[in-house]
Amino acid sequence: MGLEVDHLQLCYRTLRGDVKAVDDVTFNIDDGEIMGLAGESGCGKSTLGNGLVRMDVRMRQLGGRVGLDGKELPISDTKAMRNFRFKEVSIVPQYAMSALNPTRRVGKMVAELLKSRGFDYKSALPELERRVKLVGLDADILKRYPIELSGGMKQRVVMIISTLLNPSLLIADEVTSALDVSTQRAVGEMLLEFRDRKFVKSTMVITHDLSILAQVADTILIMYAGKLAEKASADVVIGSPLHPYTQLLISSLPEVGVRHDEHTLVGIPGRPPPLLNPPAGCRFRDRCPFAFDRCAEEPPFVEVKPGHSVACWLRVEGVSPVGGAERAEA
Amino acid sequence: MRRYLVRKLIIYVLTFFIAATIDWLLPRMVPGNPVSLLLAKMNLQPQTYNATYNLYMKAFGFNRPWWDQYLNFWRALLHGNLGVSIYDFPKPVTSVIADYVLFTLALLIPAILLAYFAGNKVGAMAARRKSLDNTVLPVGYLLTATAYPWLALLLAFLLAAGGIGHFFPISGGFSYGLIPSWDWPFIWSLVTHWFLPFLTLFLVAFGGWAIGMRNLIIYELESDYTHYLEALGAPSRLVRRYAYRNAMLPQLTGLALQLGVIVGGAVVTEVTFAYPGLGYLIFQAVGNDDYFLLQGIFMFIIVGVLIANFIIDIIYVLVDPRTRVGISGV
Amino acid sequence: MTVLGTGGATAETGAPVAAAGAVSTTRKRFEFLYFALRNKKLIIGLSVVLLFLFIALFGPLFVQHSMLAYGPPFRPPSATYWFGTNYFGQDVFSEFVYGLRESLFVGLIGGCGATVIGMTFGFLAGYKGGMIDEGLNVLCNVLLTIPGLVLLILIAGFLHHTSAVIEGTLIACTTWTWAMRAIRAQTFSLVSRDFVGLARLSGEKSRSIIVREIAPNMSSYLFLVFILLFGGAILVAASFDFLGLGPSNGMSLGIMMEQAADWSALPLHLWWWFVPPGAAITCVVGGLYFANVGLDEVFNPKLREL
Repeated sequence: MGLEVDHLQLCYRTLRGDVKAVDDVTFNIDDGEIMGLAGESGCGKSTLGNGLVRMDVRMRQLGGRVGLDGKELPISDTKAMRNFRFKEVSIVPQYAMSALNPTRRVGKMVAELLKSRGFDYKSALPELERRVKLVGLDADILKRYPIELSGGMKQRVVMIISTLLNPSLLIADEVTSALDVSTQRAVGEMLLEFRDRKFVKSTMVITHDLSILAQVADTILIMYAGKLAEKASADVVIGSPLHPYTQLLISSLPEVGVRHDEHTLVGIPGRPPPLLNPPAGCRFRDRCPFAFDRCAEEPPFVEVKPGHSVACWLRVEGVSPVGGAERAEA
Repeated sequence: MRRYLVRKLIIYVLTFFIAATIDWLLPRMVPGNPVSLLLAKMNLQPQTYNATYNLYMKAFGFNRPWWDQYLNFWRALLHGNLGVSIYDFPKPVTSVIADYVLFTLALLIPAILLAYFAGNKVGAMAARRKSLDNTVLPVGYLLTATAYPWLALLLAFLLAAGGIGHFFPISGGFSYGLIPSWDWPFIWSLVTHWFLPFLTLFLVAFGGWAIGMRNLIIYELESDYTHYLEALGAPSRLVRRYAYRNAMLPQLTGLALQLGVIVGGAVVTEVTFAYPGLGYLIFQAVGNDDYFLLQGIFMFIIVGVLIANFIIDIIYVLVDPRTRVGISGV
Repeated sequence: MTVLGTGGATAETGAPVAAAGAVSTTRKRFEFLYFALRNKKLIIGLSVVLLFLFIALFGPLFVQHSMLAYGPPFRPPSATYWFGTNYFGQDVFSEFVYGLRESLFVGLIGGCGATVIGMTFGFLAGYKGGMIDEGLNVLCNVLLTIPGLVLLILIAGFLHHTSAVIEGTLIACTTWTWAMRAIRAQTFSLVSRDFVGLARLSGEKSRSIIVREIAPNMSSYLFLVFILLFGGAILVAASFDFLGLGPSNGMSLGIMMEQAADWSALPLHLWWWFVPPGAAITCVVGGLYFANVGLDEVFNPKLREL
């Protein structure tokens, strides 16, 4: 059954007003699916991921609902969510490097955490050690202090802890951002392994790095300025994207083996719109090389091909832009 | 762990050495001759002046070359000989101190310990409850901004001199009419005379500790490991326990650093209440130009503070498990 | 007497107050001002301090009776004698005003002096590291262990004669230690940043790097340190003066309390003699501490309440 997000709206309350970080977002993640959530900094992906587990004090849910395995997930009710956290919904946070209590040995912290949630450490220990070895770490890591571990080791330890109770939904927030390439690959394989061994059912991998998604994700969801831009299976998004933003993202990725004089890297000029008072219409309009007058109205996020949804008038209408040709040479 | 303690020990020995040297140096840097200043107060006849002068110079060793005096100083010091009181000549400084030491210890130790623990508890509670915080914060700051002599005068006025009532005696260590002996009236007299000075020291120190702990706990409650625990649904019990444990470390270090301040406060408080402790003795010694007594008390206080520091270091090692593994958490 | 906690927001004991942000641009300055005007703690604290500053500066204009004139003794506060008269019949209000000036003056010298010493040693230790750092650390440790007031008593006891400036300087020399620790820690974290490495590579001299690259980035932090040192100096000076070690011919808040204690203010219930000076100290120092917390919130966005 997996995760069902329905017209979810999350905002941050600031002194200057409400920042709509997640603006009317709808999608599903099935059991056994690894969905990548990608976008540039500030697009709302971290807010979405974190909001599903633990809403920050400044966050508010303005609308929509979330369902997990058929049940309602009461994300704005901190107390009610406690029953779901760790057991059904879990997160590997962006700050995994500092997520462990510096004055506790790893094993001790896990033991106290489990005990506080009503689980017995002793009976969980064999499985814990098994998983530790599975990710390539030594079992005696449990006797160490966090400061004795390297960044990659801490990342893996946190991933093990977060998935220890086999949650239904795992949210991995920027798990590879602070790592070197080989450790990135190892972590990516961990995510696949966890899914294959049924440690977790559905996974949401939040990142700005599309290359890791190419490795692990089944589907990719692209977010831009608080709204969904495109969703499709990973190869389609990377190989034949439909949304102009996705296309520019992919083309701005450097390819191994391709030299600069053969193929110039193209960035995307401009900046995303502010989310405090977002402009009307398509949020990508100002930076889009294909923008035309219809874009003044916000495009709906609809399925244009089986398993492929886009929010772009170009694809929805199938209308060739008139007068947009001048901007096409971006 | 051993390395940590040994290193601290070396620093303390070095500190002792330098402090003792400063102590020895100070009277010799004063313009004028301490002996002539002393004799000036004695109203001697001109005939006896020279003889008395020579006697004192010889008795205090001022007629020897300075390096000889310095070595003598150390020789005497290491034998526990702190010299002879000038004012109370020829009573040795150590026996003068012995009469006053217990009163100060009876004041300092309970005040420091109680203020520390009570302050920590209240500060930790205030960090969690906004309603309590709104009282604790201003009260704590006001208390810690209070000058010791003022609070002493205020309490003396209100509770001893009749501002509100005559609940406590206004000065002294015990009733002047009583002969010191271990019977109930004397002990009770000791207690009533002890209470107001104790209260003064306690209140000011309490304010400081409470504020400090509050800030430390707030800092811990906003740390990444706290957020991670909360994301995994840990009850606030566990979060609080970790925060408290981690906040204790800098608080302990702070205790060591604050000892000097509290000792200073004790001096002023004792003088206000004419409480016969070391602080009062210092005051008398300054008034009497009794250099050797001053020097002796100073050395005594230094040794006391160093010992207290070392005890705190040992406690720190016990509280911070990382030091046992050879990692310095400081 | 001082606020504690090595990790907490204020301290005389070496607390790293939350670090200042990056180099200020004009926009950031306006942002600071915006938050500064809205921060209750800062407003309240600053207002109290400014009030007493006003009294200190312009008080003499309101003083009706000379401090040296002897009028009727033991009078409680009234219309003629706003703070009453003391044992000798002197006007307590005029004593208060001049005493406040002196106390603030000594506190200012002590605070500035301690800040300068703390900055110098802190920057040196943090930037140079190595043996200089170790040496300064030892010096710092020695001074930290010796109770400041006791050392002051010792020095003053041998000096026999102090003036306001000497007193301020002495206080500066004995209270800089925690400031050095805190500044050193901050300097460490800045030194490892890239812009310092860049400055080094381009051949800038150490002193120039410290003054032009590091210090401006810590300016808000340094200001907070100064506020705490200023408050602390006032408190130390009060105790110092109370013990009779203050300037012999002067008047200060501590001296007022000393005289009150010496001349039977307690048994005679002359509360107006010692309550105002101590209350003023508590208000000024408390105001400084409050303002310090408020400023900390202004400079560090994470602490701001919404």
